[in-house]
Amino acid sequence: MSNNIPADLKYTKSHEWVRTLANGNVEVGITDHAQGALGDLVFVDVPEAGKTLKVGDAFAVVESVKAASDVYAPIAGSVVEGNPALGSQPELINSEPYAGGWIARFKPDGAPQGLLSAAEYQAHLASEG
Amino acid sequence: MPFIPHTPDDVEQMLGAIGAKKIDDLFDEIPKELRIESLSGIPDALNEMELGRLMSARAAQDGMPINFIGAGAYEHHIPSAVWAITTRGEFYSAYTPYQAEASQGTLQLIYEYQTMITSLTGMDVSNASLYDGGSAVAEASLMAIRTHRKSKAQRILVPTTLNPAYRKTAVATASGQGVRFEEVACPKGYLSVADLEKYKGEDITALVIQQPNFFGVLEDVDALTDFAQANGWIVIGSVNPTSLGILKPPGEWGTKGADIACGDCQPLGVPLSSGGPYAGFLTAKMDHVRQMPGRIVGRTVDLNGKQGFALTLQAREQHIRRGKATSNICTNQGLLVTAATIYLSLVGPEGLARVANECHARTNELVAALTKIKGVKLAFDKSRFHEAVLLLDRPVAPVIAELARRGIVGGLDLSTDYPELGNALLVCATETRSTADIKAYADALADTLKAASRAA
Amino acid sequence: MAMQKHPEKIIFEYSRPGRGSYAQWPTLKSESPDSAVGDIPVALRRKSKPLLPEVSELEVVRHFTKLSQLNFSIDTHFYPLGSCTMKYNPKACNQYAMLPGFLNRHPLAPEANGQGFLASMYELQEMLKEVTGMQGVALSPMAGAHGEFAGVAMIRAYHRARGDLARNEIIVPDAAHGTNPATATMCGCVVKEIPTKDDGDIDVEALKAVVGPNTAGIMLTNPSTCGVFERRIKEVAKIVHDAGGLLYYDGANLNAILGKVRPGDMGFDVIHMNLHKTFSTPHGGGGPGAGAVGVSARLLPFMPIPVVGKDGDKYRWLTEKDLPQSIGRLSAFMGNAGVLLRAYIYMRMLGREGMHRVGEFATLNANYLMARLAKAGFEPAYPGRRASHEFIITAKKQKDELGVSAMDFAKRLLDYGFHAPTTYFPLLVPECLLIEPTETESKEALDGFIDAMVAILKEAESQADLVKSAPHTMTVRRLDDVRAARQLDLTWKPAAA
Repeated sequence: MSNNIPADLKYTKSHEWVRTLANGNVEVGITDHAQGALGDLVFVDVPEAGKTLKVGDAFAVVESVKAASDVYAPIAGSVVEGNPALGSQPELINSEPYAGGWIARFKPDGAPQGLLSAAEYQAHLASEG
Repeated sequence: MPFIPHTPDDVEQMLGAIGAKKIDDLFDEIPKELRIESLSGIPDALNEMELGRLMSARAAQDGMPINFIGAGAYEHHIPSAVWAITTRGEFYSAYTPYQAEASQGTLQLIYEYQTMITSLTGMDVSNASLYDGGSAVAEASLMAIRTHRKSKAQRILVPTTLNPAYRKTAVATASGQGVRFEEVACPKGYLSVADLEKYKGEDITALVIQQPNFFGVLEDVDALTDFAQANGWIVIGSVNPTSLGILKPPGEWGTKGADIACGDCQPLGVPLSSGGPYAGFLTAKMDHVRQMPGRIVGRTVDLNGKQGFALTLQAREQHIRRGKATSNICTNQGLLVTAATIYLSLVGPEGLARVANECHARTNELVAALTKIKGVKLAFDKSRFHEAVLLLDRPVAPVIAELARRGIVGGLDLSTDYPELGNALLVCATETRSTADIKAYADALADTLKAASRAA
Repeated sequence: MAMQKHPEKIIFEYSRPGRGSYAQWPTLKSESPDSAVGDIPVALRRKSKPLLPEVSELEVVRHFTKLSQLNFSIDTHFYPLGSCTMKYNPKACNQYAMLPGFLNRHPLAPEANGQGFLASMYELQEMLKEVTGMQGVALSPMAGAHGEFAGVAMIRAYHRARGDLARNEIIVPDAAHGTNPATATMCGCVVKEIPTKDDGDIDVEALKAVVGPNTAGIMLTNPSTCGVFERRIKEVAKIVHDAGGLLYYDGANLNAILGKVRPGDMGFDVIHMNLHKTFSTPHGGGGPGAGAVGVSARLLPFMPIPVVGKDGDKYRWLTEKDLPQSIGRLSAFMGNAGVLLRAYIYMRMLGREGMHRVGEFATLNANYLMARLAKAGFEPAYPGRRASHEFIITAKKQKDELGVSAMDFAKRLLDYGFHAPTTYFPLLVPECLLIEPTETESKEALDGFIDAMVAILKEAESQADLVKSAPHTMTVRRLDDVRAARQLDLTWKPAAA
């Protein structure tokens, strides 16, 4: 199982990653572990700009041949944009989960809270077994 | 023991392999107080000969009257080849095509069906069937709600010209999820833009239009579709597939075409069979494909690059998405889709147009013959297709009963569902009704009305 | 095995303009096919020609006959699909259900003309009540999932009628069939999942923790989807009833206990039956099914209409007037009448003794298979338990040690002439094969299957690649599912001119 976990990102127990961008916005995707578990992605339903979310709201759906999973908002805020490339290339999430496969960018309501560090996410994966 | 092949020897050997003394031991995990001794209410077994006698007597009891009812189930000529092939064991006793390599026959057939039904309805995508035309309206409404990103109210407008059984089924199926079906009254026997004006500017998700409508009257689908879409409503067309041999399909209604089409495949090679099984169809524009419930077959390639067929987009369905599935539908109406696909292949575009043409001609003939009778007049003076509403000068139920005694199933009494119409009778004549049949009906009706008048 | 080996063209590839099955078309009274529709406004008439085949009758017959030969079916292959009950579909059921008197009757024809049909439906209701121990049966739901919907809707209606509006939670075991939570959602309920223990029974402590004043009910299958009997069922029933909830029985596994145990006696308030499983109506390549529901006394007023009633010696449909609190009409007519007739015929041919034999021999066959496969080196998921009518073996060891998965076993079985068992359901057993032989299979059929499984296990150990790339002898190799979902090709299109 692929388990690349970049040290400079934050994580959630439900396998989302969070990157704070230079302009204060936040970029979100799913981890290498998650994309491996799903298999080849065939479709991604990205959110529209302007949608407001609380922590834990489902804001996107990633669909493979054998599963369809909700992606949950790790922070409260509003959607700035969904990744337009995923419409025609959902496989970017498989090949570049932390780069070209980002799912959405948010304008956060305040600083992100309760996120896991890379080490904590790694420990969480180990405990899930 | 019918259908069980085991000999006592077999049983002994098998118990030996298991390490049990008798079959009853295999149930030892079940609390003793739950185990039943006897099903005294079940009769003794019948062998096939005895069973045949019983069922033949029951079927004969119901006779073979001449049928003049439509109302959502239509008697058409069914070519012999349709059921000879459909009841082949390889179609009849096959399961859902989850193991694609062992089900290429069924999968390819569904792909061919999807192609035919999308073209017939003027749409881009289809599923592999739903239960029937009534539940199809419910599923189409739920699909419209999922697709319509802006509407929040979950309000679906259903004209009273939509088949009342379809309306009731849609309500029973979808209101549990908060869907509100609002009836639009159509006193003139058809839906007009004027009837919809009062909803302008409101948060409506979709409008359902039936064509031809339940009364056989032809709706002004272009004006209605354009009006609805100008207001941001999704348009669902509930249509009779035979009629699409002659009538403009939902995908071509108005400027942009309806968004979703639904209906029942029963007229396509499926007998009346006392009410079922039939098969609902659901087609839509390509934009909506991911919100479509039910199974969908796609063409792909195998490891060697050879063409093959498989279920696709399964992530929408219950076995994967579970609580968030587009629908809970699993088993649908596969065998009837098989029959419909073979039927459509036998009639082709020209045959279907001819069937539709003849249905229209026969209904016109029927209406002409019956309205000649004193006490019978036509209810709606508007273009119709293949069904019509007649108004009698007296209650309809006793007339239908008397016609039944004379071997004629004369039509559907509309007074329960449409009391405002008065003594209304819905009649239909398909290509299966000959001129002699129609004359028999006219004679019987004239006689019935005369006799009752004399008695009055 | 006389199966079609070569792929078959798509029917449109046989089309030629001017070809047709003329014997099937109405004769026209004039030249053009639309001569009678001059009274229909042109704006409403079709201008585009629909894409339907233009082929001769023989071409149609040959094409679809060849397609049928590409399928595995019960008539041709042992089909041990767990949870699906692929038992023999007696030909008599089809023959007599299709008698002209039944076949040509319009559903809305006067009831006086339908007494033969209605008598059969009434007796079917009565027999289903008897075998399930329920007080009322409604026949109109058209599939298992449809029956589930009716059941949960009745539970909700029951609570609402008592003014108990807070009850909107449905408890579902994690091993449940996907239709269960999907159905709960369709009825506007919230799903509460509880875990299954390692011995196959549900976690009763977890159940106690989750019941409360919001509990509408619990959906259970018994035997469960794990293939074992829920031993603490009476305790479970008491816990849920004491909390004010109702018990729903998913009848998918009724074949295991037919004639031995009745859901009504276990404490269930509402059940659905899969007539296309337990009562042998045909699977048809994906339906039609029939999901008749049975109810206890307190749910009688809520049954979906129509239901067959009897006044003296006359049968009639009971509708909204008779059942004003009904959850409503789930079918435009009365459900899958032809399927119901087939189930009736089957039950009449089994008779009382035959019903008992179903549960007994289904269970015998399953336990025999499980015992012999275990001896041959396969790993049952619940080794300490009796099999019900089905059982699970897990290929986790083969996956971990040899890289050969349950999917690979399933595909290789096709080469040996057996349809694969159900794979990857229930989700909580890794690499699982859920095997259900049914009672209509002979010992020889079972032995043949065991031999094939043993052979494949040997292949997995010495020629893993052969198994991993199976099947090899079907008309197609493994299909590219990813491509099927990414590059949607859902309808045939004529080549661009």
